[in-house]
Amino acid sequence: MSTARDAILTTLRRQLKRGSLADEPRQRLQHRLQHPPRHTIPQRGLVPHSEQVNLFIQMAERADASVQRLSTAAAIPAAVADYLHRHNLPSELIVAPDPSVAELPWSEHPSMRLRIGAAQDQDKVSVSPAFAGIAETGTLMVLSGAHTPTTLNFLPDAHIVVLPAPQIVGCYEEAWQRLREHAVAMPRTVNLITGPSRSADIEQTLQLGAHGPIHLHIVIVDPSM
Amino acid sequence: MQTTSIHFKANARRALADESLQRSLTRMRVGFQHKRAAAAAKLPEFETLRDEARDLKDHVLEHLDFYLEAFEAKVKEQGGHVHWARDAAEARQIILDICQAVNARTVTKGKSMISEEIGLNEHLQAHGLTPIETDLGEYIIQLRQEHPSHIIAPALHLHKEDVAETFHQHHAQYGLTRKLSQAPELLSEARQVLRSQFLAADVGITGANFCVVETGSTVIVTNEGNGDLTQTLPKVHIALTSIDKLAPTLDDVTLLLRVLVRSATGQEASVYTTFSSGPRRADDLDGPEQFHVVLLDNGRSAMLGTEFQDMLRCIRCGACMNHCPVYGAVGGHAYGWVYPGPMGAVLTPQMTGIEQAGHLPNASTFCGRCEAVCPVRIPLPKLMRHWREHEFQRHLSPRSVRYGVRAWAFAVRRPALYQRLSGLGAWLLKRLARGRGRLSRLPLAGGWTAGRDLPAPSGQTFQQQWRQRGGHR
Amino acid sequence: MRVALLVTCLVDLFRPSVGFAAVKLLQQAGCQVEVPEAQTCCGQPAYNSGDRATAQAIARQVIPQFEAYDYIVVPSGSCGGMLSHHYPALLADDPEWRPRAEHLAERTYELVSFLTDVLGVTQVAAEFSGAVTYHDACSGLRELGIQHQPRLLLNSVTGLELKELPDSDVCCGFGGTFCVKYPDISNRMVTDKAEQIIASGADTVLAGDMGCLLNMAGKLKRLGSPIQARHIAEVLANQTQTPAIGEPD
Repeated sequence: MSTARDAILTTLRRQLKRGSLADEPRQRLQHRLQHPPRHTIPQRGLVPHSEQVNLFIQMAERADASVQRLSTAAAIPAAVADYLHRHNLPSELIVAPDPSVAELPWSEHPSMRLRIGAAQDQDKVSVSPAFAGIAETGTLMVLSGAHTPTTLNFLPDAHIVVLPAPQIVGCYEEAWQRLREHAVAMPRTVNLITGPSRSADIEQTLQLGAHGPIHLHIVIVDPSM
Repeated sequence: MQTTSIHFKANARRALADESLQRSLTRMRVGFQHKRAAAAAKLPEFETLRDEARDLKDHVLEHLDFYLEAFEAKVKEQGGHVHWARDAAEARQIILDICQAVNARTVTKGKSMISEEIGLNEHLQAHGLTPIETDLGEYIIQLRQEHPSHIIAPALHLHKEDVAETFHQHHAQYGLTRKLSQAPELLSEARQVLRSQFLAADVGITGANFCVVETGSTVIVTNEGNGDLTQTLPKVHIALTSIDKLAPTLDDVTLLLRVLVRSATGQEASVYTTFSSGPRRADDLDGPEQFHVVLLDNGRSAMLGTEFQDMLRCIRCGACMNHCPVYGAVGGHAYGWVYPGPMGAVLTPQMTGIEQAGHLPNASTFCGRCEAVCPVRIPLPKLMRHWREHEFQRHLSPRSVRYGVRAWAFAVRRPALYQRLSGLGAWLLKRLARGRGRLSRLPLAGGWTAGRDLPAPSGQTFQQQWRQRGGHR
Repeated sequence: MRVALLVTCLVDLFRPSVGFAAVKLLQQAGCQVEVPEAQTCCGQPAYNSGDRATAQAIARQVIPQFEAYDYIVVPSGSCGGMLSHHYPALLADDPEWRPRAEHLAERTYELVSFLTDVLGVTQVAAEFSGAVTYHDACSGLRELGIQHQPRLLLNSVTGLELKELPDSDVCCGFGGTFCVKYPDISNRMVTDKAEQIIASGADTVLAGDMGCLLNMAGKLKRLGSPIQARHIAEVLANQTQTPAIGEPD
């Protein structure tokens, strides 16, 4: 295997008409990796935070997600119960172990049955927190971790995501910067999610709910409301 | 995959006569072109981003050895494995070895053109494994034992009736008894059947649109979520990718994503853009226990530093084929290998040999629409012309072309002779037209006159008339 | 201002009236027009067939014939692009010829672009009664950025109604040698184009390139369509007395 590696690298250097990079350019590239230069960021992602929330909602809805704004996290269970009822969805939930969603006052709604953990095939509705919301395209950034298993994002038919308004940013670059500051290393999986699953593979006609969730519901918790 | 590029002309003739295919292609042209145009119009910075994406890819290519080593180190640091493959055979063997080491039987697959490039499914099947494509389009054509006709819409050539027929034939084993007719039913049928496959798989293989050096991540861009189920549920995740897919940082990959998605499907963002870094962490509740990245070369390194280097910027959006009038006329299968359209016309000769694929760079009018929409501004017509130059130098061009050009050039380089000949031609063609102003048949021009008339000259050339009028020289 | 007209091989052979229309338009705009005698072809067929050496030899033949003029004007975006874009690329490795190619390239213009972009012409004294549609020939459109210029001048023609052609930026299928190397595909493309022209409701189709015009006119005639095809220069120069392309004398 190392022979293939060496052969490929040797060919690359021969084609580039140079040997292995010298220390100076190497350091320059290392520096570039540690201090990512910014490219042009679309103006629409550079609006003030109050407008970012509105832009996020507008873009997420355009991508066929539904969005709801609450002023307090305590109101989430009631809102979820209402959502499930309106969409004729079962009231068994699989909820991420993250305290921000697992420790909500679910017991006030005894009609909803709750399991905490990773999703399995039979789970129809999941609830999990997002790390960030990116207003530019109405995209959720969801991280994997001990309290936020990835299967919650894909196996159930309906995915309900809790997003605190202060975690909405204008553009991807801001979200990456927050991630770099938040985590020592990358989580195993970073999911950028824009709307529910879809396919246009049959006659180029868009249909929602291919292999992932058919419904994506975003609950923004905005204390400033 | 068996290449039939050498039979391009016959393939094209068959495609042109295939009414069902022609209906699909008409739908394709309208859909993709309008969506891209609308997406570009919605982002005022789009043209600037294309310039920056081009420059970024050039930067990466100039330092590709460095970035590959840095990427490898980062993947390993997070507990992943990196495998290097010089060619298709090496890549197939690496993947088979990984599968066999965990006694895998069922392998689910996300959409990967590199998997098509190396003929992975056939190889796994020959060794007793069951590869299952999970992208809806790929799944349909796998059942039909076909190959993708488009790099991002593999079943573009089919209609819903074809899909209904295919499911009717193959899904009886899963209890499907009636013939489905509506697209939503077909989608839900595929979702149900594939769900059980996702859960049963031992290994999940995805491609990677990008590899991020900063974080050691592979990135997939999908709408269905099949790639995520493929790589999250089994014990082993293999990301099969090639050495030209590196992006140094998360900011860099963001730039590429902004132009990729708009150019491909006209979306603002794909539904799922997923970054995978290493295997599941010790306290993770799900995710694969092993993470492997296979880095394929297969002729790419040899393009670096040559007149074909610009092709390595390609991010596989498909915009060039969506806007290509030749692809729009004959579809992807006529090209005879994995990569169709303008990007395929440049890549295929490199990977399968110009002797096999000579037609592909020739079957272009150089109309330039591909270059005009390419998100990383690859000068595709120029690169196709370079292949024609290779052919000409190696005497691979058809004799008619070589002798034709030679005879024509002989006259062009002798102005007096040329003008006598064109004067003669103008006179002769006018005579042949017998006052009708056009010819409907002409010896040696059967290709032209089979489908259209040839307008006839008015009798004297411009040069003759200018001379007679005593015009300025 | 001394302007050399590069007639182009197709205009020379098939449609001399386009050359005379170009001369008239240039003279009306105050140019002294000359037609270098030894011109033949710009070499594009060799260039696009991969015969780089022959294309270079032809470029070295063309450059001296034209380089002494103030401007070189071509009634074709395709041949204009050959001189202004591809000659410098062809001779890039030749230290003697590269500067000459670049010097020529800087002063080479397609006819309509020259009239509008260089001479500042915004209207012409011409009359044409009828509905016309305009096909954007590929090289002119994408290599030279010719799109609004022809529309500007056409809109100044008295009596002319311009109907936009759907997909006017899509290739007609001519493509130089392409149409004879891949006639089936070319035929499919020109069939689509002809159908769009017919659907546009125009009774005349115009373009700035003889290759495309021969192709489109040939298809329209084969389909039995009464729609006439002309080079845009003929309409702008008010020289439409001659039969349209492919029409009986």
